[in-house]
Amino acid sequence: MEKLVEVKNLKKWFLIGKSPLGKKELVKAVDGVSFYIEKKEILGLVGESGCGKTTCGKAILRIINPTAGEIFFNGQDISHLSRKEMLKFRKRMMIIYQDPFGSLDPRMSIGTTIAEPMEVHKIGSKKEQEERVIQIMEKVGLFPDQINRFPHEFSGGQRQRIGIARALATNPEFIVADECVSALDVSIQAQIINLLQNLQKEFGLTLLFVAHDLSVIKHICDRIAVMYLGKIVETAPKNDLFNHPKHPYTQALLSAIPIPDPKMRGKREILMGDVPSPINPPSGCRFHTRCPLVKQICKEEEPSLKSSNNIHYVACHLVN
Amino acid sequence: MMKTLLEIKNLKTHFFTHEGVVKAVDGVSLKVDRGKTLGIVGESGSGKSVTALSILRLIPQPPGKIIGGEIYFEGQDLLKLDNKEIRKIRGKKISMIFQEPMTSLDPVFTIGHEIIETIQLHQGLNKKEAREKALEILKIVGIPDVEKRIDSYPHELSGGMRQRVMIAMALSCHPTLLIADEPTTALDVTIQAQIIKLINDLKKRFHTSVILITHDLGVIAEMCDYVAVMYAGQVVEYAEVFTLFEKSLHPYTQGLSKSIPRLNKEVEKLQVIPGMVPNLLNLPPGCPFHPRCSYNFEKCRSENPELIEIEDSHLVKCHLFTEKR
Repeated sequence: MEKLVEVKNLKKWFLIGKSPLGKKELVKAVDGVSFYIEKKEILGLVGESGCGKTTCGKAILRIINPTAGEIFFNGQDISHLSRKEMLKFRKRMMIIYQDPFGSLDPRMSIGTTIAEPMEVHKIGSKKEQEERVIQIMEKVGLFPDQINRFPHEFSGGQRQRIGIARALATNPEFIVADECVSALDVSIQAQIINLLQNLQKEFGLTLLFVAHDLSVIKHICDRIAVMYLGKIVETAPKNDLFNHPKHPYTQALLSAIPIPDPKMRGKREILMGDVPSPINPPSGCRFHTRCPLVKQICKEEEPSLKSSNNIHYVACHLVN
Repeated sequence: MMKTLLEIKNLKTHFFTHEGVVKAVDGVSLKVDRGKTLGIVGESGSGKSVTALSILRLIPQPPGKIIGGEIYFEGQDLLKLDNKEIRKIRGKKISMIFQEPMTSLDPVFTIGHEIIETIQLHQGLNKKEAREKALEILKIVGIPDVEKRIDSYPHELSGGMRQRVMIAMALSCHPTLLIADEPTTALDVTIQAQIIKLINDLKKRFHTSVILITHDLGVIAEMCDYVAVMYAGQVVEYAEVFTLFEKSLHPYTQGLSKSIPRLNKEVEKLQVIPGMVPNLLNLPPGCPFHPRCSYNFEKCRSENPELIEIEDSHLVKCHLFTEKR
């Protein structure tokens, strides 16, 4: 298969201030992440809050500029392109945000909102744009007669449909879906998940699906990358990851999810402690402070992502 | 001692707004047995939190008002108590933990100060004794290094630790009923698992009854003995937890259970409940669920069904079952 997106050693550090001694304090939100996404593939990026998954998604689209590393889109390195050069790629890669209330301009009718990306990229005449808006609204389950309404007239689920319509307007190849169902009620969440699956098939989209909910990730993704404190600890095709998780963190994460079946009650291993601060992450393997299997080497040396079969990659001294 | 600790009968809590009357809770009946956990599950706006706040009479008034019903707690109707009497029950016999551990602790006080205050107020101990008690309860909820942590401010603690402090505060007076409103929703999964285990352990240790409010059926399965499913301000199904997961009867409960992706089951497409939760200002006539229900028939559109007992402790509010009787 052909790779549509590939990132190599991507880093995004945020400067948050200086210590009393004048030393820079950095949050290493994404700290050396490498992965690829094949054409028409859905890659799930999962992890707990603060692990850098959203930053990673935004850095790939250059919504925020990465500190270091390379991003390839369709084989071309886009990590150093200027704003102007980047423009022709922007219409091919879009994002759907988490918060359906905060991500739409309250003063813009939804027709204008959905048409805006076409306007920016000068795609088609006004009339063609309007036709496209109506066509796309029908595709995402909105009614064309709602075109002149404003965001506050819509429910959360419908707003998320507007966000999806807007992302699809320029006919992109690649979409980053950032926690796009997390804020929705369960019955609405299922509707949006099904919609995304249908659209992905119909348009042959490639997706980076960023989420913290492993059940949703399992349902929708082909392959999964697990992040912990700015690093990828494991990547594998869906079934490999869920049936044979290798990294102790992935195992704990899977075990922590409450299963909607009272017969499964209490059958879990519980990870102790909290996620350490990304300002001053632990030495060696970043998971060693919570790992039940920790060895001396884990505290000293950082494990790299390795694979025995070129499919299932793990960054753990005990596995490799 | 009576088996039933709390019984709510036909509770109605409405909000009188400029746009009209919001019937947030409209005829809810529930009961909680001693030492048991009742889960209340439903989507946003279904009235779960308003039901809980009504028990403690914490509804902001105006615009809210409890306009009808009875809430019997240890045989006493809480709705008939005056402000002074209900204040003695709040925090002492019934205490509550909220979803947001970040906002429900006062940022200008140390966590010790807040717990000591609660203990002093309800147990009449002096400051030194209360501090001893506070240290003990913080240890029980799993705060490390309590001697130091008791003087920390909320911002110095992580989300999981703050939720532990909230639980410590809620349990400091050994309440007979703990109301937990989405206690793990704001937490990461690994931390959520810790808090679930903590609440389950403490419930056994102190023999406390719990009302757990959540939208997550996984959390329900993990913690509850009985479950009430709410929709548009009403209880649509009430059952023992195994019954609810294995043979739920109400079309909404069934739809909800099929619409969640599961780790232990592979499905090609999720089944969806079409449409959306109705606007509480403008509820459809008849059964509020009928516009989204695939079984709906004539009677559902005109008449709101009663909550009736189908089997022992299994109640359903649906015409499909009233008809059969």
